[in-house]
Amino acid sequence: MTTPAVEITGLVHRFGGVADVSAAVDGLDLTVAAGEVFGLLGPNGAGKTTTLRVVNTLLPVQQGRVTVFGLDVSRHATQVRRLLGYVPQQLSVEGALTGRQNVAWFARLYDVPRRNRAARVDEALAAMDLFDAADRLAGTYSGGMIRRLELAQALVGDPALLVLDEPTVGLDPIARDGVWDRVRAMRAERGMTVLLTTHYMEEADELCDTVALMHRGRLAAAGSPAQLKADLGPDASLEDVFRHHAGIDLAASGKEGIRDVRRSRATARKLG
Amino acid sequence: MTSVAAAPPRASWVEPPLTLIRRTAALSLVELQKLRHDHTELLTRTVQPLLWLLVFGQIFSRIRAIPTGPVSYLAYLTPGILAQSALFVAIFFGIQIIWDRDAGILTKVMVTPTPRQAIVAAKAFAAGVRGLSPVVVLIPVALLLGVSVTANPFKILAAAVAVMLGAGFFACLSMAIAGLAGTRDRLMGFGQVLTMPLFFASNALYPIEIMPTWLQVVSHVNPLTYLVDALRGLLIGTPAHLTLDFAVLLGATAVGIWVSGALLGRLVR
Repeated sequence: MTTPAVEITGLVHRFGGVADVSAAVDGLDLTVAAGEVFGLLGPNGAGKTTTLRVVNTLLPVQQGRVTVFGLDVSRHATQVRRLLGYVPQQLSVEGALTGRQNVAWFARLYDVPRRNRAARVDEALAAMDLFDAADRLAGTYSGGMIRRLELAQALVGDPALLVLDEPTVGLDPIARDGVWDRVRAMRAERGMTVLLTTHYMEEADELCDTVALMHRGRLAAAGSPAQLKADLGPDASLEDVFRHHAGIDLAASGKEGIRDVRRSRATARKLG
Repeated sequence: MTSVAAAPPRASWVEPPLTLIRRTAALSLVELQKLRHDHTELLTRTVQPLLWLLVFGQIFSRIRAIPTGPVSYLAYLTPGILAQSALFVAIFFGIQIIWDRDAGILTKVMVTPTPRQAIVAAKAFAAGVRGLSPVVVLIPVALLLGVSVTANPFKILAAAVAVMLGAGFFACLSMAIAGLAGTRDRLMGFGQVLTMPLFFASNALYPIEIMPTWLQVVSHVNPLTYLVDALRGLLIGTPAHLTLDFAVLLGATAVGIWVSGALLGRLVR
Protein backbone atom coordinates (compact mmCIF):
# COMPACT_ATOMS: atom_id res chain seq x y z
CA MET A 1 0.00 0.00 0.00
CA THR A 2 1.32 3.49 -0.85
CA THR A 3 2.22 5.61 2.15
CA PRO A 4 -0.18 8.58 2.38
CA ALA A 5 1.40 11.98 1.83
CA VAL A 6 -0.26 13.30 4.99
CA GLU A 7 -2.11 11.41 7.68
CA ILE A 8 -3.80 13.32 10.49
CA THR A 9 -5.39 11.42 13.37
CA GLY A 10 -7.33 13.03 16.23
CA LEU A 11 -5.58 16.40 15.89
CA VAL A 12 -6.56 18.97 18.50
CA HIS A 13 -4.91 22.38 18.71
CA ARG A 14 -5.70 25.14 21.18
CA PHE A 15 -3.87 28.47 21.05
CA GLY A 16 -2.34 29.06 24.45
CA GLY A 17 -2.79 25.35 25.10
CA VAL A 18 -5.43 26.04 27.76
CA ALA A 19 -8.09 23.35 28.05
CA ASP A 20 -11.02 25.76 28.40
CA VAL A 21 -10.07 27.73 25.27
CA SER A 22 -12.14 26.60 22.31
CA ALA A 23 -10.03 24.50 19.99
CA ALA A 24 -8.85 25.96 16.66
CA VAL A 25 -8.67 22.36 15.44
CA ASP A 26 -10.92 19.95 17.25
CA GLY A 27 -10.39 16.24 16.64
CA LEU A 28 -9.47 16.31 12.96
CA ASP A 29 -8.89 13.09 10.97
CA LEU A 30 -7.62 13.43 7.41
CA THR A 31 -5.68 11.44 4.85
CA VAL A 32 -4.04 13.04 1.82
CA ALA A 33 -3.07 10.45 -0.78
CA ALA A 34 0.33 10.75 -2.45
CA GLY A 35 0.15 12.59 -5.78
CA GLU A 36 -3.22 14.27 -5.31
CA VAL A 37 -4.19 17.92 -5.04
CA PHE A 38 -6.01 18.18 -1.74
CA GLY A 39 -7.91 21.28 -0.70
CA LEU A 40 -8.83 22.31 2.83
CA LEU A 41 -11.87 24.55 2.51
CA GLY A 42 -13.71 26.69 4.94
CA PRO A 43 -14.25 30.23 6.19
CA ASN A 44 -11.66 32.10 8.20
CA GLY A 45 -11.39 30.60 11.65
CA ALA A 46 -12.31 27.13 10.39
CA GLY A 47 -8.87 25.77 11.38
CA LYS A 48 -7.40 25.36 7.89
CA THR A 49 -4.25 27.41 8.43
CA THR A 50 -3.71 25.95 11.90
CA THR A 51 -3.88 22.45 10.41
CA LEU A 52 -1.42 23.44 7.71
CA ARG A 53 0.97 24.94 10.25
CA VAL A 54 0.95 21.73 12.27
CA VAL A 55 1.65 19.71 9.10
CA ASN A 56 4.53 21.99 8.13
CA THR A 57 6.02 21.82 11.67
CA LEU A 58 5.49 25.48 12.61
CA LEU A 59 3.05 24.51 15.36
CA PRO A 60 3.55 21.60 17.76
CA VAL A 61 1.20 18.60 17.78
CA GLN A 62 -0.59 19.13 21.10
CA GLN A 63 -2.90 16.14 20.77
CA GLY A 64 -3.24 13.49 18.09
CA ARG A 65 -0.75 12.34 15.45
CA VAL A 66 0.40 13.84 12.16
CA THR A 67 2.65 12.08 9.65
CA VAL A 68 4.11 13.29 6.34
CA PHE A 69 5.02 10.38 4.06
CA GLY A 70 5.11 8.19 7.17
CA LEU A 71 7.35 10.53 9.19
CA ASP A 72 5.94 11.72 12.49
CA VAL A 73 6.15 15.54 12.42
CA SER A 74 6.70 15.67 16.19
CA ARG A 75 9.70 13.36 16.15
CA HIS A 76 11.22 13.99 12.72
CA ALA A 77 10.54 17.69 12.09
CA THR A 78 13.79 18.34 10.20
CA GLN A 79 13.30 15.31 7.91
CA VAL A 80 9.70 16.39 7.27
CA ARG A 81 10.92 19.89 6.32
CA ARG A 82 13.19 18.35 3.68
CA LEU A 83 10.07 17.04 1.94
CA LEU A 84 8.13 20.31 1.98
CA GLY A 85 7.76 23.34 -0.21
CA TYR A 86 5.67 26.05 1.44
CA VAL A 87 3.96 29.19 0.21
CA PRO A 88 2.40 31.17 3.07
CA GLN A 89 -0.74 33.28 2.89
CA GLN A 90 1.14 36.58 2.81
CA LEU A 91 3.09 37.73 -0.21
CA SER A 92 6.53 37.22 1.24
CA VAL A 93 9.72 37.65 -0.73
CA GLU A 94 12.78 39.81 -0.12
CA GLY A 95 12.00 42.95 -2.09
CA ALA A 96 15.65 44.08 -1.86
CA LEU A 97 16.84 40.97 -3.74
CA THR A 98 16.34 40.08 -7.39
CA GLY A 99 13.99 37.27 -8.35
CA ARG A 100 16.97 35.04 -9.11
CA GLN A 101 18.60 35.78 -5.74
CA ASN A 102 15.33 35.00 -3.97
CA VAL A 103 15.15 31.56 -5.61
CA ALA A 104 18.89 30.83 -5.22
CA TRP A 105 18.53 31.58 -1.50
CA PHE A 106 15.98 28.78 -1.10
CA ALA A 107 18.03 26.46 -3.33
CA ARG A 108 20.83 26.81 -0.77
CA LEU A 109 18.46 26.25 2.15
CA TYR A 110 17.26 23.03 0.49
CA ASP A 111 20.85 21.84 -0.18
CA VAL A 112 20.54 21.89 -3.95
CA PRO A 113 24.11 20.91 -4.97
CA ARG A 114 26.25 23.80 -6.18
CA ARG A 115 27.05 22.13 -9.54
CA ASN A 116 23.42 22.19 -10.68
CA ARG A 117 22.07 25.00 -8.49
CA ALA A 118 22.11 27.67 -11.20
CA ALA A 119 20.31 25.34 -13.64
CA ARG A 120 17.68 24.43 -11.04
CA VAL A 121 17.10 28.11 -10.20
CA ASP A 122 16.69 28.94 -13.90
CA GLU A 123 14.36 25.97 -14.34
CA ALA A 124 12.16 27.05 -11.42
CA LEU A 125 12.04 30.64 -12.67
CA ALA A 126 11.22 29.50 -16.21
CA ALA A 127 8.46 27.20 -14.94
CA MET A 128 6.86 30.24 -13.29
CA ASP A 129 7.36 32.37 -16.42
CA LEU A 130 9.71 34.70 -14.55
CA PHE A 131 12.93 34.06 -16.44
CA ASP A 132 12.92 37.42 -18.21
CA ALA A 133 12.26 39.30 -14.96
CA ALA A 134 14.74 37.23 -12.93
CA ASP A 135 17.34 39.96 -12.56
CA ARG A 136 14.91 42.68 -11.48
CA LEU A 137 14.45 43.47 -7.79
CA ALA A 138 11.48 41.51 -6.44
CA GLY A 139 10.23 44.77 -4.97
CA THR A 140 9.30 45.86 -8.50
CA TYR A 141 7.14 42.74 -9.15
CA SER A 142 3.33 42.75 -9.27
CA GLY A 143 1.34 40.71 -6.73
CA GLY A 144 0.85 37.87 -9.21
CA MET A 145 4.58 37.80 -10.06
CA ILE A 146 5.49 37.72 -6.37
CA ARG A 147 3.19 34.75 -5.86
CA ARG A 148 4.78 32.96 -8.82
CA LEU A 149 8.22 33.81 -7.43
CA GLU A 150 7.18 32.21 -4.14
CA LEU A 151 6.09 29.11 -6.04
CA ALA A 152 9.53 29.05 -7.69
CA GLN A 153 11.15 29.29 -4.24
CA ALA A 154 9.02 26.41 -3.00
CA LEU A 155 9.72 24.30 -6.10
CA VAL A 156 13.47 24.71 -6.37
CA GLY A 157 14.03 22.10 -3.66
CA ASP A 158 11.90 19.61 -5.63
CA PRO A 159 9.48 18.98 -2.74
CA ALA A 160 7.43 15.83 -2.37
CA LEU A 161 4.65 17.85 -0.72
CA LEU A 162 3.81 21.39 -1.78
CA VAL A 163 1.85 23.27 0.89
CA LEU A 164 -0.03 26.36 -0.28
CA ASP A 165 -1.87 28.52 2.24
CA GLU A 166 -4.53 30.57 0.42
CA PRO A 167 -2.32 30.83 -2.69
CA THR A 168 -4.50 33.31 -4.56
CA VAL A 169 -5.83 35.55 -1.80
CA GLY A 170 -5.39 39.20 -2.72
CA LEU A 171 -4.69 38.49 -6.40
CA ASP A 172 -6.74 39.81 -9.31
CA PRO A 173 -8.55 37.24 -11.51
CA ILE A 174 -5.82 37.20 -14.19
CA ALA A 175 -3.04 36.66 -11.64
CA ARG A 176 -5.21 34.01 -9.96
CA ASP A 177 -5.61 32.16 -13.27
CA GLY A 178 -1.83 32.34 -13.71
CA VAL A 179 -1.23 30.69 -10.33
CA TRP A 180 -3.81 27.99 -11.03
CA ASP A 181 -2.20 27.22 -14.40
CA ARG A 182 1.22 26.82 -12.77
CA VAL A 183 -0.07 24.60 -9.97
CA ARG A 184 -1.74 22.35 -12.54
CA ALA A 185 1.40 22.26 -14.70
CA MET A 186 3.67 21.46 -11.72
CA ARG A 187 1.44 18.67 -10.63
CA ALA A 188 1.32 17.23 -14.16
CA GLU A 189 5.11 17.48 -14.64
CA ARG A 190 6.37 16.41 -11.25
CA GLY A 191 3.56 14.33 -9.79
CA MET A 192 3.99 15.99 -6.43
CA THR A 193 1.31 16.09 -3.77
CA VAL A 194 -0.28 19.50 -3.25
CA LEU A 195 -2.04 20.45 -0.02
CA LEU A 196 -3.72 23.82 -0.19
CA THR A 197 -6.16 25.87 1.81
CA THR A 198 -8.66 28.21 0.26
CA HIS A 199 -11.96 29.83 0.95
CA TYR A 200 -12.63 30.20 -2.77
CA MET A 201 -14.95 27.35 -3.78
CA GLU A 202 -14.19 28.02 -7.44
CA GLU A 203 -10.50 27.48 -6.77
CA ALA A 204 -11.17 24.17 -5.02
CA ASP A 205 -13.41 23.06 -7.89
CA GLU A 206 -10.76 23.95 -10.48
CA LEU A 207 -7.69 22.53 -8.80
CA CYS A 208 -8.49 19.81 -6.29
CA ASP A 209 -8.89 16.05 -6.66
CA THR A 210 -10.19 15.89 -3.09
CA VAL A 211 -11.56 18.57 -0.80
CA ALA A 212 -12.17 18.59 2.94
CA LEU A 213 -14.71 21.10 4.21
CA MET A 214 -13.73 22.43 7.63
CA HIS A 215 -15.97 24.30 10.01
CA ARG A 216 -15.09 25.37 13.56
CA GLY A 217 -12.02 23.16 13.66
CA ARG A 218 -13.85 20.05 12.55
CA LEU A 219 -14.25 18.13 9.35
CA ALA A 220 -17.70 18.79 7.92
CA ALA A 221 -17.33 16.66 4.77
CA ALA A 222 -14.66 15.22 2.48
CA GLY A 223 -14.50 13.76 -0.99
CA SER A 224 -13.97 14.73 -4.60
CA PRO A 225 -15.73 17.96 -5.59
CA ALA A 226 -17.79 16.06 -8.16
CA GLN A 227 -18.84 13.40 -5.66
CA LEU A 228 -19.73 15.92 -2.94
CA LYS A 229 -21.86 17.92 -5.38
CA ALA A 230 -23.51 14.82 -6.85
CA ASP A 231 -24.38 13.54 -3.37
CA LEU A 232 -26.33 16.74 -2.73
CA GLY A 233 -28.19 17.03 -6.01
CA PRO A 234 -27.86 17.51 -9.76
CA ASP A 235 -27.24 21.28 -9.77
CA ALA A 236 -25.44 21.61 -6.44
CA SER A 237 -22.28 23.74 -6.16
CA LEU A 238 -19.50 23.35 -3.58
CA GLU A 239 -20.97 26.42 -1.91
CA ASP A 240 -24.24 24.47 -1.51
CA VAL A 241 -22.30 21.49 -0.17
CA PHE A 242 -20.62 23.67 2.41
CA ARG A 243 -23.93 25.29 3.41
CA HIS A 244 -25.51 21.86 3.72
CA HIS A 245 -22.79 20.42 5.97
CA ALA A 246 -21.81 23.48 8.02
CA GLY A 247 -25.23 25.08 8.28
CA ILE A 248 -23.89 28.50 7.24
CA ASP A 249 -23.13 30.35 4.05
CA LEU A 250 -19.43 30.59 3.24
CA ALA A 251 -20.01 34.16 2.04
CA ALA A 252 -20.78 35.06 5.67
CA SER A 253 -17.03 35.05 6.20
CA GLY A 254 -16.61 37.75 3.58
CA LYS A 255 -15.39 40.41 6.01
CA GLU A 256 -12.61 38.15 7.24
CA GLY A 257 -11.68 37.35 3.65
CA ILE A 258 -11.35 41.04 2.89
CA ARG A 259 -9.07 41.43 5.91
CA ASP A 260 -6.76 38.77 4.45
CA VAL A 261 -6.76 40.49 1.09
CA ARG A 262 -5.86 43.80 2.72
CA ARG A 263 -2.99 42.20 4.65
CA SER A 264 -1.53 40.66 1.51
CA ARG A 265 -1.87 43.89 -0.43
CA ALA A 266 -0.26 45.84 2.39
CA THR A 267 2.72 43.47 2.26
CA ALA A 268 2.91 43.85 -1.50
CA ARG A 269 2.96 47.65 -1.08
CA LYS A 270 5.80 47.44 1.46
CA LEU A 271 7.79 45.25 -0.90
CA GLY A 272 7.30 47.71 -3.70
CA MET B 1 3.99 9.75 -8.32
CA THR B 2 6.35 10.80 -5.57
CA SER B 3 7.55 8.01 -3.37
CA VAL B 4 9.25 8.81 -0.10
CA ALA B 5 10.75 6.39 2.37
CA ALA B 6 9.17 6.51 5.81
CA ALA B 7 12.41 5.86 7.70
CA PRO B 8 14.41 9.05 8.29
CA PRO B 9 17.98 8.91 7.02
CA ARG B 10 20.63 8.47 9.71
CA ALA B 11 22.81 11.54 10.09
CA SER B 12 26.44 11.34 11.19
CA TRP B 13 27.59 13.44 14.15
CA VAL B 14 29.29 15.96 11.83
CA GLU B 15 26.07 16.64 9.93
CA PRO B 16 24.37 19.03 12.44
CA PRO B 17 27.34 21.44 12.81
CA LEU B 18 27.99 21.32 9.05
CA THR B 19 24.34 22.08 8.36
CA LEU B 20 24.46 24.95 10.86
CA ILE B 21 27.52 26.41 9.12
CA ARG B 22 26.11 25.93 5.60
CA ARG B 23 22.75 27.46 6.44
CA THR B 24 24.34 30.35 8.35
CA ALA B 25 26.50 31.03 5.28
CA ALA B 26 23.48 30.88 2.94
CA LEU B 27 21.46 33.27 5.11
CA SER B 28 24.45 35.58 5.69
CA LEU B 29 24.89 35.85 1.93
CA VAL B 30 21.28 37.05 1.68
CA GLU B 31 21.97 39.65 4.38
CA LEU B 32 24.99 40.89 2.39
CA GLN B 33 22.98 40.97 -0.84
CA LYS B 34 20.32 43.07 0.90
CA LEU B 35 23.01 45.50 2.11
CA ARG B 36 24.52 45.68 -1.38
CA HIS B 37 21.21 46.70 -2.89
CA ASP B 38 20.57 49.31 -0.21
CA HIS B 39 23.62 50.57 1.65
CA THR B 40 22.26 53.93 2.80
CA GLU B 41 22.02 52.44 6.29
CA LEU B 42 25.79 52.00 6.40
CA LEU B 43 26.21 55.75 5.86
CA THR B 44 23.54 56.93 8.28
CA ARG B 45 24.98 54.67 10.99
CA THR B 46 28.17 56.74 11.05
CA VAL B 47 26.56 60.06 11.97
CA GLN B 48 25.79 59.47 15.64
CA PRO B 49 29.21 58.06 16.65
CA LEU B 50 30.88 60.95 14.84
CA LEU B 51 28.82 63.41 16.90
CA TRP B 52 29.79 61.60 20.10
CA LEU B 53 33.47 61.85 19.24
CA LEU B 54 33.43 65.38 17.85
CA VAL B 55 31.09 67.01 20.38
CA PHE B 56 31.11 64.94 23.59
CA GLY B 57 34.73 63.84 23.17
CA GLN B 58 36.18 67.26 22.51
CA ILE B 59 34.19 68.99 25.28
CA PHE B 60 35.07 66.37 27.90
CA SER B 61 38.71 66.50 26.79
CA ARG B 62 38.75 70.19 27.68
CA ILE B 63 37.01 69.71 31.02
CA ARG B 64 39.59 67.06 32.00
CA ALA B 65 37.06 65.67 34.48
CA ILE B 66 37.67 62.00 33.78
CA PRO B 67 41.00 60.42 34.80
CA THR B 68 42.30 58.34 31.88
CA GLY B 69 45.95 57.86 32.86
CA PRO B 70 48.63 58.40 30.23
CA VAL B 71 46.21 58.56 27.24
CA SER B 72 44.11 61.56 26.24
CA TYR B 73 40.37 61.44 26.83
CA LEU B 74 39.75 61.44 23.06
CA ALA B 75 42.01 58.39 22.67
CA TYR B 76 40.29 56.77 25.65
CA LEU B 77 36.85 57.56 24.26
CA THR B 78 37.38 56.43 20.64
CA PRO B 79 37.18 52.65 21.34
CA GLY B 80 34.25 53.33 23.68
CA ILE B 81 32.35 55.07 20.90
CA LEU B 82 33.13 52.21 18.48
CA ALA B 83 31.71 49.75 21.00
CA GLN B 84 28.73 52.02 21.64
CA SER B 85 27.94 52.22 17.92
CA ALA B 86 28.02 48.42 17.72
CA LEU B 87 25.57 48.30 20.63
CA PHE B 88 23.25 50.91 19.11
CA VAL B 89 23.29 49.19 15.70
CA ALA B 90 22.47 45.81 17.16
CA ILE B 91 20.12 46.40 20.07
CA PHE B 92 17.09 47.00 17.84
CA PHE B 93 17.94 44.15 15.46
CA GLY B 94 15.06 42.11 16.84
CA ILE B 95 12.77 44.46 14.92
CA GLN B 96 14.14 42.96 11.70
CA ILE B 97 13.20 39.47 12.78
CA ILE B 98 9.70 40.68 13.75
CA TRP B 99 9.41 42.38 10.37
CA ASP B 100 10.49 39.13 8.69
CA ARG B 101 7.82 37.35 10.73
CA ASP B 102 5.14 39.89 9.81
CA ALA B 103 6.14 39.70 6.14
CA GLY B 104 5.91 35.87 6.17
CA ILE B 105 9.60 35.47 5.31
CA LEU B 106 10.59 34.03 8.70
CA THR B 107 7.77 31.49 8.50
CA LYS B 108 8.92 30.37 5.07
CA VAL B 109 12.54 29.99 6.15
CA MET B 110 11.52 28.09 9.29
CA VAL B 111 9.68 25.52 7.16
CA THR B 112 12.96 24.71 5.36
CA PRO B 113 15.41 22.26 6.99
CA THR B 114 17.29 25.18 8.55
CA PRO B 115 18.34 25.15 12.23
CA ARG B 116 16.80 28.06 14.16
CA GLN B 117 20.29 28.97 15.37
CA ALA B 118 21.45 29.50 11.77
CA ILE B 119 18.69 32.07 11.24
CA VAL B 120 19.78 34.16 14.25
CA ALA B 121 23.50 33.60 13.58
CA ALA B 122 23.07 35.12 10.12
CA LYS B 123 21.23 38.10 11.61
CA ALA B 124 24.03 38.43 14.18
CA PHE B 125 26.53 38.41 11.29
CA ALA B 126 24.53 41.15 9.56
CA ALA B 127 24.56 43.20 12.76
CA GLY B 128 28.32 42.69 12.94
CA VAL B 129 28.80 43.97 9.38
CA ARG B 130 26.64 47.00 10.14
CA GLY B 131 28.55 47.50 13.38
CA LEU B 132 31.77 47.75 11.39
CA SER B 133 30.59 50.61 9.19
CA PRO B 134 31.22 53.37 11.81
CA VAL B 135 34.78 52.05 12.25
CA VAL B 136 35.64 53.00 8.68
CA VAL B 137 34.74 56.65 9.32
CA LEU B 138 35.52 56.98 13.02
CA ILE B 139 39.15 55.81 12.90
CA PRO B 140 40.26 58.36 10.25
CA VAL B 141 38.43 61.13 12.14
CA ALA B 142 40.12 60.07 15.39
CA LEU B 143 43.50 60.16 13.59
CA LEU B 144 42.73 63.68 12.36
CA LEU B 145 41.94 64.69 15.96
CA GLY B 146 45.39 63.50 17.00
CA VAL B 147 44.48 60.11 18.46
CA SER B 148 47.26 57.59 17.99
CA VAL B 149 45.59 54.48 16.61
CA THR B 150 47.58 51.33 15.83
CA ALA B 151 48.62 50.71 12.22
CA ASN B 152 49.14 46.99 12.88
CA PRO B 153 46.78 45.22 10.43
CA PHE B 154 46.45 42.16 12.69
CA LYS B 155 45.37 44.29 15.62
CA ILE B 156 42.89 46.17 13.40
CA LEU B 157 41.56 42.83 12.14
CA ALA B 158 41.23 41.54 15.70
CA ALA B 159 39.41 44.76 16.65
CA ALA B 160 37.00 44.23 13.75
CA VAL B 161 36.34 40.68 14.95
CA ALA B 162 35.68 42.01 18.46
CA VAL B 163 33.21 44.59 17.08
CA MET B 164 31.42 41.88 15.08
CA LEU B 165 31.20 39.60 18.10
CA GLY B 166 29.91 42.42 20.30
CA ALA B 167 27.32 43.53 17.75
CA GLY B 168 26.41 39.87 17.20
CA PHE B 169 25.78 39.36 20.91
CA PHE B 170 23.61 42.46 21.25
CA ALA B 171 21.67 41.47 18.13
CA CYS B 172 21.04 38.05 19.71
CA LEU B 173 19.93 39.75 22.92
CA SER B 174 17.51 41.85 20.88
CA MET B 175 16.21 38.80 18.98
CA ALA B 176 15.75 36.89 22.24
CA ILE B 177 13.69 39.81 23.56
CA ALA B 178 11.78 39.83 20.25
CA GLY B 179 10.92 36.16 20.83
CA LEU B 180 9.51 37.05 24.25
CA ALA B 181 7.95 40.42 23.37
CA GLY B 182 6.40 39.35 20.05
CA THR B 183 5.65 42.84 18.74
CA ARG B 184 7.74 45.73 17.42
CA ASP B 185 6.25 48.21 19.88
CA ARG B 186 7.10 46.11 22.91
CA LEU B 187 10.58 45.41 21.58
CA MET B 188 11.18 49.14 21.05
CA GLY B 189 10.20 49.70 24.68
CA PHE B 190 12.59 47.02 25.95
CA GLY B 191 15.33 48.30 23.65
CA GLN B 192 14.97 51.84 25.02
CA VAL B 193 15.07 50.51 28.59
CA LEU B 194 18.22 48.45 27.94
CA THR B 195 20.38 50.64 25.72
CA MET B 196 21.45 53.42 28.04
CA PRO B 197 21.94 51.22 31.16
CA LEU B 198 24.16 48.89 29.10
CA PHE B 199 26.12 51.89 27.82
CA PHE B 200 26.48 53.72 31.13
CA ALA B 201 27.20 50.54 33.10
CA SER B 202 30.33 49.94 31.02
CA ASN B 203 33.79 51.43 30.68
CA ALA B 204 32.91 53.14 27.37
CA LEU B 205 32.93 56.70 28.76
CA TYR B 206 34.86 56.40 32.04
CA PRO B 207 37.05 53.92 33.91
CA ILE B 208 35.32 51.28 36.03
CA GLU B 209 37.45 52.35 39.04
CA ILE B 210 35.58 55.64 39.44
CA MET B 211 32.14 53.96 39.44
CA PRO B 212 30.21 53.26 42.66
CA THR B 213 30.73 49.66 43.81
CA TRP B 214 27.30 48.40 42.73
CA LEU B 215 27.84 49.79 39.22
CA GLN B 216 31.28 48.17 39.07
CA VAL B 217 29.60 44.81 39.71
CA VAL B 218 27.09 45.45 36.92
CA SER B 219 29.83 46.55 34.53
CA HIS B 220 31.74 43.31 35.13
CA VAL B 221 28.80 41.23 33.87
CA ASN B 222 28.20 43.58 30.94
CA PRO B 223 29.72 42.22 27.68
CA LEU B 224 30.09 45.81 26.44
CA THR B 225 32.84 46.32 29.05
CA TYR B 226 34.85 43.44 27.56
CA LEU B 227 34.35 44.76 24.04
CA VAL B 228 35.61 48.21 25.06
CA ASP B 229 38.56 46.69 26.93
CA ALA B 230 39.56 44.64 23.88
CA LEU B 231 39.23 47.61 21.53
CA ARG B 232 41.31 49.86 23.79
CA GLY B 233 44.02 47.23 24.10
CA LEU B 234 44.13 46.56 20.36
CA LEU B 235 43.68 50.06 18.97
CA ILE B 236 45.35 52.45 21.41
CA GLY B 237 47.57 50.05 23.31
CA THR B 238 46.22 50.44 26.85
CA PRO B 239 46.63 47.39 29.16
CA ALA B 240 43.87 44.90 28.35
CA HIS B 241 42.81 41.34 29.16
CA LEU B 242 42.45 40.19 25.57
CA THR B 243 42.07 36.47 26.26
CA LEU B 244 39.34 37.10 28.80
CA ASP B 245 37.72 39.74 26.58
CA PHE B 246 37.50 37.43 23.56
CA ALA B 247 36.42 34.47 25.70
CA VAL B 248 33.54 36.53 27.14
CA LEU B 249 32.54 37.90 23.72
CA LEU B 250 32.67 34.47 22.07
CA GLY B 251 30.85 32.79 24.96
CA ALA B 252 28.17 35.49 25.17
CA THR B 253 27.58 35.37 21.41
CA ALA B 254 27.35 31.56 21.40
CA VAL B 255 24.88 31.58 24.30
CA GLY B 256 22.98 34.44 22.64
CA ILE B 257 22.66 32.49 19.38
CA TRP B 258 21.47 29.37 21.19
CA VAL B 259 18.93 31.19 23.39
CA SER B 260 17.49 33.47 20.70
CA GLY B 261 17.31 30.50 18.30
CA ALA B 262 15.37 28.54 20.91
CA LEU B 263 12.93 31.44 21.35
CA LEU B 264 12.42 31.98 17.61
CA GLY B 265 9.62 29.43 17.35
CA ARG B 266 7.47 31.58 19.66
CA LEU B 267 7.36 34.30 17.01
CA VAL B 268 5.56 32.17 14.44
CA ARG B 269 3.05 30.41 16.71
